Amino acid sequence: MSTDPENIEDLVNRRYEHGFVTDIDTESLPPGLDEDVIRAISMRKNEPEFMLEWRLQAYRQWLEMIEPEWAHVHYPPIDYNAISYFSAPKSDKDRPKSLDEVDPKLLETYDKLGIPLHERARLAGVAVDAVFDSVSVATTFKEKLSEAGVIFCSFSEAVNKHPELVKKYLGSVVPRRDNYFASLNSAVFSDGSFVYVPKGVRCPMELSTYFRINAANTGQFERTLIVADEGSYVSYLEGCTAPMRDENQLHAAVVELVAMKDAEIKYSTVQNWYPGDENGVGGIYNFVTKRGDCRGANSKISWTQVETGSAITWKYPSCILRGDNSTGEFYSVAVVNNYQQADTGTKMIHIGRNTSSTIVSKGISAGNAQNAYRGLVRVMPQANGARNHTQCDSLLIGKSCGAHTFPYMEIKNPSAKVEHEATTSKISADQLFYCRQRGISEEDAVNMIVNGFCKEVFNELPMEFAVEAQALLNVSLEGAVG
Amino acid sequence: MLEIKNLKARIGDADILNGVSLSVNAGEVHAIMGPNGSGKSTLAQVIAGHADYEVTEGTVSYNGHDLLALEPEERAREGIFLGFQYPVEIPGVNNAYLLKAAVNAKREHQGLEEIDAFEFLKLAREKMAVLGMDPKFLNRGVNEGFSGGEKKRNEILQMAMLEPSLAILDETDSGLDIDALKAVAGGVNALRDPERAIVLVTHYQRLLDYVEPDFVHVLSEGRIARSGDKSLALELEEKGYEWVREAANA
Repeated sequence: MSTDPENIEDLVNRRYEHGFVTDIDTESLPPGLDEDVIRAISMRKNEPEFMLEWRLQAYRQWLEMIEPEWAHVHYPPIDYNAISYFSAPKSDKDRPKSLDEVDPKLLETYDKLGIPLHERARLAGVAVDAVFDSVSVATTFKEKLSEAGVIFCSFSEAVNKHPELVKKYLGSVVPRRDNYFASLNSAVFSDGSFVYVPKGVRCPMELSTYFRINAANTGQFERTLIVADEGSYVSYLEGCTAPMRDENQLHAAVVELVAMKDAEIKYSTVQNWYPGDENGVGGIYNFVTKRGDCRGANSKISWTQVETGSAITWKYPSCILRGDNSTGEFYSVAVVNNYQQADTGTKMIHIGRNTSSTIVSKGISAGNAQNAYRGLVRVMPQANGARNHTQCDSLLIGKSCGAHTFPYMEIKNPSAKVEHEATTSKISADQLFYCRQRGISEEDAVNMIVNGFCKEVFNELPMEFAVEAQALLNVSLEGAVG
Repeated sequence: MLEIKNLKARIGDADILNGVSLSVNAGEVHAIMGPNGSGKSTLAQVIAGHADYEVTEGTVSYNGHDLLALEPEERAREGIFLGFQYPVEIPGVNNAYLLKAAVNAKREHQGLEEIDAFEFLKLAREKMAVLGMDPKFLNRGVNEGFSGGEKKRNEILQMAMLEPSLAILDETDSGLDIDALKAVAGGVNALRDPERAIVLVTHYQRLLDYVEPDFVHVLSEGRIARSGDKSLALELEEKGYEWVREAANA
């Protein structure tokens, strides 16, 4: 019998399941960062000159920038010269054409993660561009996509095969000098995904990428660019797990989305990077810049994220509502446990007329973790008829965790309608006892209550992803109550 | 079925139960009455296994087993149901979802297969019709925004679905208007069964007009001060609780 809130803390403590290291030799660059390292990265990837130039300019800008300190997170200073900026599986030279050619050890890794790539791809009809460390090793369903005219490939491939598209859109949403971590990413990005959906095309399948960090001391700098041309639609799923580590790993990704007139992009993330152990040792530092540009009229960008991993999360998927009548959405569940810290939220920048945005943020804190929501709603003077609704709910499990809300609103047009609602609640001992008296175990009861709390966000996820997200949430909070 | 011997329990530093002994057999309906603070609700909570209450002495056996050794969910799966005085709200959790999870937890415990969604809905709708509940209740959050009467009906619905061996209803009649009281009483009467025991914890004799008890016990200062048949409830109504206390202390 243990339903009192003090013991609730104990139920959050199942160990990270995906903690193992795949033993594959990597051709990593030695730690350190200078222009030669950037040239080496660019050379290994056979990049055209423009790309190298772009990287170098970003690097020079980065050198002049200062690491931001405003977030509600604390961590020891990062030594950027102790990080290796490139690692690739050995099989890189000989790129596999199909899964059969993929290093079996790699496939085994996916199996351990419960992501049987081929199975999944075949059964679910999902195209998968799997990023293992820094180089894409398996790309499936390409033919079917190319029939529809959709380009879905690794970023490196796009740089070589579609340089005109990359040149046109890269950095057009997140400029090279946007912020410290975005600049760093621009200089050293390793690989990532590139998607182009042509005019009027509805992408025939959901596009999915599994990210994975491997190889100790390797920063992971993903770069993703998705362009939905006029009247097109694409749904993109991003999910990740990582092996257990003792030292902190830096992850600074950039995601850029461009939605032209009448286009829609739905971007869903389930993030499960190693959060560190029960004492807060290890774990991924996740400093991500994600931004979508609703460039054309009537366009729509929707971010849905379920964040359960990382020691530190610094992430604000945002929408620039430039086109008239464009729509931005942000649905988020952020779970922190033990000593995890999350400072996450969104920015909705209303520029076009009659633009609307919706923000639904669900923060769950357990153990000694700190969870902050930081959101900006900005309505520019010309944005007549802008509307925003923000709902920001926090759920606390136990007594030692914290939830913080930092909403910013800058309204420069008097016709704007902006609403903000915020709640903070606790899983009460009474709720748990009630469920248990109905025969439901304490753990199932916690899961039920947490999932109920997150329902609005889960409803936004694609079906199979929603199931995965729910399972992940349950694992993350296992042991939170006991 | 239920055998309570010299049960003493406290919450924090306050002794609430000071030696309760009570025997409940299958097929019986017992009413436990008593003034505020006499320990009625505590007795119900201790039987259900609420962690806030510490049992300091005495035994509770249920079907011959030591009940106090079981976790609350195990007690529930073994057929003990507590109808709460203040049913808690669980926002976002579908009423049907909780109910189905509860039914299946018990079925699994009994080695039965999970009930399928179709069968479950059919059964739930039947029971709701008896209780005069709108089927829409199934799709609302558990007790979320329910009125007092709706919450109590929802408790009776859960009881009807779970078909407990021992049902303890803690002040289920409080705060009900006459229609709701009749509906709830109807739900309880429908569950009267030779295999089932029902314990009604109540402050007033009003409910007992509709659900006729076989035995009435009056709790006072953490002890059963008096036991009798249904006429005791009427006598109590007439003379007040002070009468029991004086009689007990005399």
